[in-house]
Amino acid sequence: MARRYDSRTTIFSPEGRLYQIEYAMEAISRAGTVLGVLAKDGVVLAAEKKVTGKLLDLSGGGYGGSGEKIYLVNRNIIAGVAGITSDANSLVNSARSAAQGHLLSYDSDIPVELLAQRICNMKQGYTQYGGLRPFGVSLLYAGYDEQHQFQLYHSDPSGNYSGWKATCIGANNGTAQSLLKQEYKEDISVKDAIGLVLRTMSKTMDSTTLGSDKLEFSVLTVDEVTKEPKAKIYKPAEIDALLEKEGLAKKDDDTVMAAA
Amino acid sequence: METSFAITGKGYTIVASDTTAARSIVKMKVDEDRIKVLSSHLLMACSGEPGDTIQFSEFVERNIRLFQIRNNYSLKPSAAAAWIRRSLAQSLRSRKPYSVNLLLGGYDTTSHRPHLYWVDYLGTMTEVPFAAHGYGSYFVLSLLDKYHDPEAPLEEGLAVLKRCMDEVAKRLIVNPSAYKIKIVDKDGVREIEL
Repeated sequence: MARRYDSRTTIFSPEGRLYQIEYAMEAISRAGTVLGVLAKDGVVLAAEKKVTGKLLDLSGGGYGGSGEKIYLVNRNIIAGVAGITSDANSLVNSARSAAQGHLLSYDSDIPVELLAQRICNMKQGYTQYGGLRPFGVSLLYAGYDEQHQFQLYHSDPSGNYSGWKATCIGANNGTAQSLLKQEYKEDISVKDAIGLVLRTMSKTMDSTTLGSDKLEFSVLTVDEVTKEPKAKIYKPAEIDALLEKEGLAKKDDDTVMAAA
Repeated sequence: METSFAITGKGYTIVASDTTAARSIVKMKVDEDRIKVLSSHLLMACSGEPGDTIQFSEFVERNIRLFQIRNNYSLKPSAAAAWIRRSLAQSLRSRKPYSVNLLLGGYDTTSHRPHLYWVDYLGTMTEVPFAAHGYGSYFVLSLLDKYHDPEAPLEEGLAVLKRCMDEVAKRLIVNPSAYKIKIVDKDGVREIEL
């Protein structure tokens, strides 16, 4: 029965559902996990890389080696994407244009919610104007603006968006979400949020060990002196150093064997 | 003969503009309000071609309000100034440009600082501690060079403003009969009589 209403994004099924949107969300729940936590003095974003392998060249590309899932949208906004990477690239491109457009008009950084709205308007358009499929992408926006300070938003293929203190998209997002619900404290600091994010990631990721080959990591804070937003996307070496510090680093099998 | 000037001080911006509307040698009106209240903490004094000033200031007023309704917050003075400047710069390259000069005074409620922008019809914009447009500016700017103090309390600011108005009355061949004076500070916009 449902099949009859599958092919078009714009047609409701008799139960009042839009199947293509639901399928898009399904595509996202298979994608690598992206996790965000809002702290009182910053936002932390981490993502699980799915495309890995010995032969993959991570030397070039964007921030943090391959730059597959975490992008710098504007100097005050970082986005983490889950879903079809090519769709995500196009959305990130639009987001960057929107941010620069705002800078051109108002000589100030785009507010985070306004950027989320812009992207959501675009996503919503693809659920109503036919002939095309919706974007198979969910995004987490970690940002800072003067009006509302640090913020974390989530948007899905239907064009809905919502603000969060801590949330997760992609594979195992249910598990991660309930872990976050248990462990999140109001007024958490960035330092603690980094630990919370890494611990939650290590528990929810399919792989047993955490390392820069599987993880992307970023933190948005405000510079203490200049009061300007500071977006830091970690490089692979920095991620490994951070994991080492948090005691979650990958253990080399040989050293474990030698110790035993 | 239109004259408008504005000064900033400790936590406030004062904008003053003469209220005479003249055409050729005839005074048409003596209670024209040239200072538009754009939002709770933003003032704009317009001078120039009479029709253009009204058209442009209403266009700006509506757009600033639209931004406020859409986004649930007001543009801060710097952002509003950038947008207004851009509108004028775009208009300049159209078939019929607006011939409007502006003083934009505001109070930034996020950084708690007063701001003043001088904008002309060519799309020039600068942030300044004090500013003037029109014939009055020839007398007033040198006066303000000497007497303006960015840290002056409101009473002193108003005293300096009074000096400016007196100087224009003394030296300009056509004395503007009255001024409209508006102040913007942390409490918002208010009009005063001097």
